[in-house]
Order: sequence, then structure tokens, then C-alpha cells
Amino acid sequence: MEAGIDLQSSAIEMLTGFGVPPGAAKAMWMPLPMTLMLAVATFGVLVSVWLERKISAAAQQRIGPEFAGPLGSLQPVADGLKLVFKEDVVPNQADPWLFTLGPIIVVIPVFLSYLVIPFGQHLVLTNVAIGAFFWIALSSVTPIGLLMSGYASNNKYALIGGLRAVAQSISYELPLALSVVAVVMMSNSLSTIDIVEQQSSYGILGWNLWRQPVGFIIFWIAAVAETERLPFDLPEAEEELVAGYQTEYAGMKFALFYLGSYVNLVLSALFFSIFYLGGWNFIVPIEWILDGLNLSADIAWVQVLTATLGIIMVLVKTYLLVFVTILLRWTTPRVRIDQLLDLGWKFLLPVSLVNLLLTAGLKLAFPFAFGG
Amino acid sequence: MDLAHGVQLVSFGILAAIAIVAALGVVLLQNIVYSAFLLGGVFASMAGMYLLLNGDFVAAAQLIIYVGAVNVLILFGIMLVNKQQDFPAIKGMWIRKGATALVGAGLLVLLAGTIVTTPWAISTATPTGDGSTLKIGEHFFSDFLLPFELASVLLLIAMVGAIVLARREFVPEDTPTTEEELAFKLPERPRETAAIAGGSQTSPE
Repeated sequence: MEAGIDLQSSAIEMLTGFGVPPGAAKAMWMPLPMTLMLAVATFGVLVSVWLERKISAAAQQRIGPEFAGPLGSLQPVADGLKLVFKEDVVPNQADPWLFTLGPIIVVIPVFLSYLVIPFGQHLVLTNVAIGAFFWIALSSVTPIGLLMSGYASNNKYALIGGLRAVAQSISYELPLALSVVAVVMMSNSLSTIDIVEQQSSYGILGWNLWRQPVGFIIFWIAAVAETERLPFDLPEAEEELVAGYQTEYAGMKFALFYLGSYVNLVLSALFFSIFYLGGWNFIVPIEWILDGLNLSADIAWVQVLTATLGIIMVLVKTYLLVFVTILLRWTTPRVRIDQLLDLGWKFLLPVSLVNLLLTAGLKLAFPFAFGG
Repeated sequence: MDLAHGVQLVSFGILAAIAIVAALGVVLLQNIVYSAFLLGGVFASMAGMYLLLNGDFVAAAQLIIYVGAVNVLILFGIMLVNKQQDFPAIKGMWIRKGATALVGAGLLVLLAGTIVTTPWAISTATPTGDGSTLKIGEHFFSDFLLPFELASVLLLIAMVGAIVLARREFVPEDTPTTEEELAFKLPERPRETAAIAGGSQTSPE
């Protein structure tokens, strides 16, 4: 494991150099990466909303947002500002406490999951030993918020939407978790850093994509279902349910749902790129390039360069996946609720169990290729 | 006291307060939906406690099993049978409440006595921390193998039962006649044969 850039220790060293006691220096450092991550997550949402508008427009042979900023890139900001200044309506017979708490419970776990996203060897908030499991555990909290807002709205469309959302996310969490378990089994670790490290040896050929082709597809289907996007946007099927659990929401509370769904989309794409597409790794191992150029990995500017390349690689992979989901939205029709549950329970779950068994067998048979 | 200890102490206080207040709410509130949501709060604060005790895997498991599965199931059950009903006042309710309070207080005294009198053997070994997942796995496949396997058999039985219930292929034809029988029926529409065959889906409302 190379030393790489360790921003935390250098920042704390610098602060203690100014005469700040070490404990206080650490306390001063800690909020910085957290707020940075919040900003990055929110910015990621702005970008994906813009992409959604532009790509949707292109798919329908329209132009899309054009006047707000260059190429309409400020349109999502305008959307957000509009939502902030709208009146915060609570329906007459609704339950005001649960109505307010619902969107908050939906949004918090999604943002917390960013804790374990690595953008590089040391560019992660916390390298928790249970990284992948942490994400799955947190994402299982979201349904409670959805049920809460669906129930509190005092609207039958909202209640049905909330129940559908929960049924959907419970059914697709199982195949999702099982396909993650297969990856974890190959990496011998739940930590996101170790999962990426394990894929880093042979460039693009070492990515889990080739060793887990079935898990790769299952994860993708389940992640699209978990983020409630077409073809699985049953909870807010507008022809049947107006807008599902969001029907009665306006202003900032609606904005929280909107934000949460896009953050969740980007988050799923990030995890997908970490589990299957080698995270921050370039198509060829960066060590080979450095060896070819006779450069040492310890030079400062080389380190900055490789870290930047890592961040760019993660973002490129992530937004490629976001692009694919947006295209999926305009190419596939919505499935019915019984088809959705059939697909989850009768097809994806058995297939992911078989995939897990197969991975375990292959790991015993070929320990060199499947992480013995 | 350094930063880590301070944070730990404050978080413990907050989590304990949340757990106690939410647990009281579960028992004392009249609205069953509030109780169910507060139960989720109790489970979540327990997960926080495990996190403070360096058991990160246990904390995540607590979250995924109790909040993500058990509590959601309870809520789902409540909302599918969403019947608003005002219960008529029963005469002599205070006797029941008094008896409940007595039993509850007795249990509290009993448990508190046990906690005080038990000589707790607090381990002095350093917590495993990040290695806890491995340790739990090793225990599952060595000295805790039997309980682990028994739990999986129990789950299998529950799953078979659920599938048998879900695959019920005939509609019971007996219609409730007496008033008493009607009271035990859940308020739902009669099942349609087409829906059971998996053909058409009935519209939501």
C-alpha cells in the first residue's frame, strides 16, 4: 500500500505548528471533510438534474433548458431556489409531526452513506471496516420515512404510494445485498477501500465486472429499483397514483424528497463503480504508466496527479451509469406492481443466491482469480 | 478527558435519553402508529449504543434487522389494516391500568435487583473493533453453530409457512352470517379469482 496523500495528518500537523493543541486541531479538521462531502453530494445532484433534463430533451428531440446559464446549466439551481421560496403547505387533516419528519428520515441515511465512498486511497471520510454493510443497513432505514410521509399525508394515493415504495425497496434489497455479498466474498473484506484495492492489479481486466457478470446485472437492476426510477417508478406512477407518497408535499419538504432521490441515484452509481468498475482505478494500472515514464510514486506532483486522475475516474464511471439510467427511463415502459414483485422475488432472488453459491465454489476452486 | 471520551459521553447521554423517551412513548401513546414509529427510534438508538461499544457490525445488523425489517413489517401490518376506531370506555378501566402498573413496577424492581446483585465480569481485553466481523463469523461456525443453524431452520419454517399462505388457491366460500362472526373478519374486499391466478391486477382504489 503506497503512502499517498494524507490530508488529515498534514492539516493537523500544520495546525499544531501554529500552537493549537492536537485535540483541538483534530476537532477543527473534522467538520471540513464532512461539509465538503455534503457540498459534493449536493453539487452531484445539480449536475445529474441538469443531465436528466438535457438527455431527456435529446431523447425526445427537444432542446431542453437553454436560457438559464450556459447550456441551461443553472436550471437546477433555479429549480432549487423556486422550491426554497415556495409556501410550506401542510394539508388540513394531515399529521403535522410525521408529515415533517418523513422527508427528513428519507434524506439523512442517503447523505450518511457518503461516509464510506472512497475517491482515492486516502480520499474517504472514514474507512469503516463494514463499509458495504453500512450502506445496506442505512438504506434499509429509508422505507420508514416513506411509510411515514405516505401515512401522514392523509391521502389514499400517498398511502398506497408509500406502501408500494416500501414493498419495492424491501423486495429489491435482498438481491442487492446478496450480489454485494458475492463481491465482498471475493475481496475478503467489507471495506470499500479493500474492495477497490482488490480490483486494482490488472487494470480494466481486473475489475469485478468480468468476474461477477451475473452479480453486475442483478446489482444494476436492484439499484435502479431501489432508487425508484423508470422502469420501476411504481411508488410515484403518475397515471395511477398522482405522485405517490409525494402527492401532498410542496416547498422545502418536496425539495428534500427530490434531493434525496437524486442523491440516492448518484450514490448507487458510485457504489456500482466501486463494487464492479474498479473505483478510482484507471483503465491501465497507474503503476505501469509511472514505471514506463520512470517516475516515482512518491513525488508530490505525481501524487496530486494520480489523486486527481482517481477522482476523475470515479466521477466518469459514476456519471456514465447515471447517463445509462436516464436513457433507460426513456426506453423502457413502467412495469406493473405484480410484475415488479415477481421479478424481484421469483427471478432476481434465486439467481443471486445461485450466483453467491457459484462465487463461493469458484473461490475454493480458483483462489488466485477469485480472491482466495 | 480528551475529545473522544467527551464525544462518547455526550452521545451516550443523548442515545440513552432517546431510548428511554421513545420507549415510554411506545407504551403510553394512544395512537398505535406513533407507537410503531417510536419503536423504530428505540431500535435505532440501541444501534447507536452498540456503535459506542465498538460493535459496528452488530450496530449495522441491529439497524438492518430491527429497523429495516421488524419495524417496517409492524408498520406495514398496521397500515394494511388501517382502521380508525374509537374504543368505547370500559367500566372499571382503572383496575386494569392499576394491575398493569403493578406488574410493570414489579418487573422493574426485579430486573433492577438482578442488575445490582449480579457480579458483572467486565472484560479487560481490548475491544476487537474493526475485526469484530471476523470474530462473529468464527463464533458462528464454531461454538455457536447449533443456535445459528437452529435460527436458520426457524426462518425456513416461517418462509414455508408464508409461501403456503400466499399460494392459497381457493377462496373460502363461507360468508359470515352472525354479527359476532363479522366482527372477527378484517374489512377487506372479497378476493377475485382472476387476481389469484396472477392474470389481471385489480385497480388500487
